[in-house]
Amino acid sequence: MEPDVKRQLLDEAIQALSGRWPTLSRDESPIQLATIGSTVVLPWQEKLVYSVRLWAARHARLFERIYRAFEPVIVKLHPLWKSVGYQRAEKPMAKVEEISKGVLFDCQMCGQCILSSTGMSCPMNCPKSMRNGPCGGVMQNGNCEVHPEMLCVWVEAWEGSQKMKEADAIQVVQLPVDHRLQGSSSWLRVARGASESPVEHQEASQ
Amino acid sequence: MSINDGAGRGQLASGVQGYSSDGRLEHVLRAGHFAITAELAPPDSANPEEVYARARVFDGYVDSMNATDGSGANCHMSSMAMCALLSREGYEAVLQISCRDRNRIAIQGDVLGGAALGIHNMLCLTGDGVQVGDHPEAKPVFDLDSMSLLETVARLRDKHVYASGRKLSDPPRVFLGAAANPFVPPHDFRPLRLAKKIAAGAQFIQTQYCFDLPRFQTFMARSRDLGLLEKCFILPGVGPLASARTADWMRRHIPGVHIPDAIIKRLEGAKDQKAEGRNICIELIQQLREIEGVSGVHVMAHRQESSVAGIIERSGVLGGREPWAPSNSTTRERDYA
Repeated sequence: MEPDVKRQLLDEAIQALSGRWPTLSRDESPIQLATIGSTVVLPWQEKLVYSVRLWAARHARLFERIYRAFEPVIVKLHPLWKSVGYQRAEKPMAKVEEISKGVLFDCQMCGQCILSSTGMSCPMNCPKSMRNGPCGGVMQNGNCEVHPEMLCVWVEAWEGSQKMKEADAIQVVQLPVDHRLQGSSSWLRVARGASESPVEHQEASQ
Repeated sequence: MSINDGAGRGQLASGVQGYSSDGRLEHVLRAGHFAITAELAPPDSANPEEVYARARVFDGYVDSMNATDGSGANCHMSSMAMCALLSREGYEAVLQISCRDRNRIAIQGDVLGGAALGIHNMLCLTGDGVQVGDHPEAKPVFDLDSMSLLETVARLRDKHVYASGRKLSDPPRVFLGAAANPFVPPHDFRPLRLAKKIAAGAQFIQTQYCFDLPRFQTFMARSRDLGLLEKCFILPGVGPLASARTADWMRRHIPGVHIPDAIIKRLEGAKDQKAEGRNICIELIQQLREIEGVSGVHVMAHRQESSVAGIIERSGVLGGREPWAPSNSTTRERDYA
């Protein structure tokens, strides 16, 4: 093919479908430093974290059970949190949460955890931070359009959710994130919410 | 005699009860007409004439034009400006709002401003990642996603409050749209995601290119079972393919575009591939029209815009109806006077 024709064809197609629809990987993605929570990790660690994350979503049912057992404990510890002071408990709790959920789910510490509504696949790993389902750019093999080597977070989420007892939780519309809560502990928020305003908590968990 | 639309003679029917906008698109759809929307590529220019020139090729064949918002994460004239220019001429436009470049403060301001400028339709999108466009070094915003954006705009309109809860004095009267792509994984989740979008406020849906009819039928059947077809107007995306080579390139390089082998083979076997691409498009429009719940089509014909009128004409889906255009509006108003 003539180089000119080729180029024109390419340009045409690039613009043709660019519309509001997903897109082309014309440029190499810039090298990005992966993180677990706020800790920068090396490439092999990143691969490991990614594998663990896939494994966790595949075992969504197990983690759902674990969390169901764990949540009441955190909530029952309300007097402890209160006596220590939620403010003071915040930092160490957030660290514990960041490490444990970071290792298991590659948690990004948005502070408003919805893992149990997303098949145990952290939606904040989506390059577009989509919290309500996959975009239209998922590739036919189920991978992400932005990071073609990565399985779409929402393909993971959908499969995970179907293994869970509360499979319908993925159908709930999630409201915008509160960016002020980035880095804070979701667990403490749940404990405080359940103990201090139980009605709201019940509504929220429905 | 040509009938313009349910709104009557192309005039804006303001304050009609039960309608969420004063726009023609909503009226055409609610009147049960087969609606045609088309994608309008934004110019890389500050010249308004370029916008009008691009719009004119659709005159008399489309009910509304979608002005894309930084399509493919490439910089172009803004959707807001294009829609405002189009509305000055009386055209009906769909404002595309993507979450890539603006946060909730900017977006809500744009929704109010857009409505004030006479924009009646807004399509809520997440948007492409910045990595793929001409400014990969830009900061991706994604403060909202398409779903929370829909919910936010619906709240502005219906509850008269910002996301913060602060009150508005005059809410924006807008017809809310969203996108869907039934052709990519996870396929089983797609109808449920449509349900979520409807719950969040979507009233019309424009889909990614539909070349895989069976896949679309499955999606529509599932949507019908979920009771979604009565709750929104669905306009599948269509468009002419220039050649087998372009089609193959598109499906390999553009995530979200799914073109079955049969289509490529058919193009390859044709003497005039461009003409065959149009024939395929026409056949698809006619077949889509027969599917329960399809209210119209959304035509995306980049660099083939001039072929759209012919495609719509030959498909016969307008059935003698002539969508509003500046060129036919005066005649019509006089006819009815």
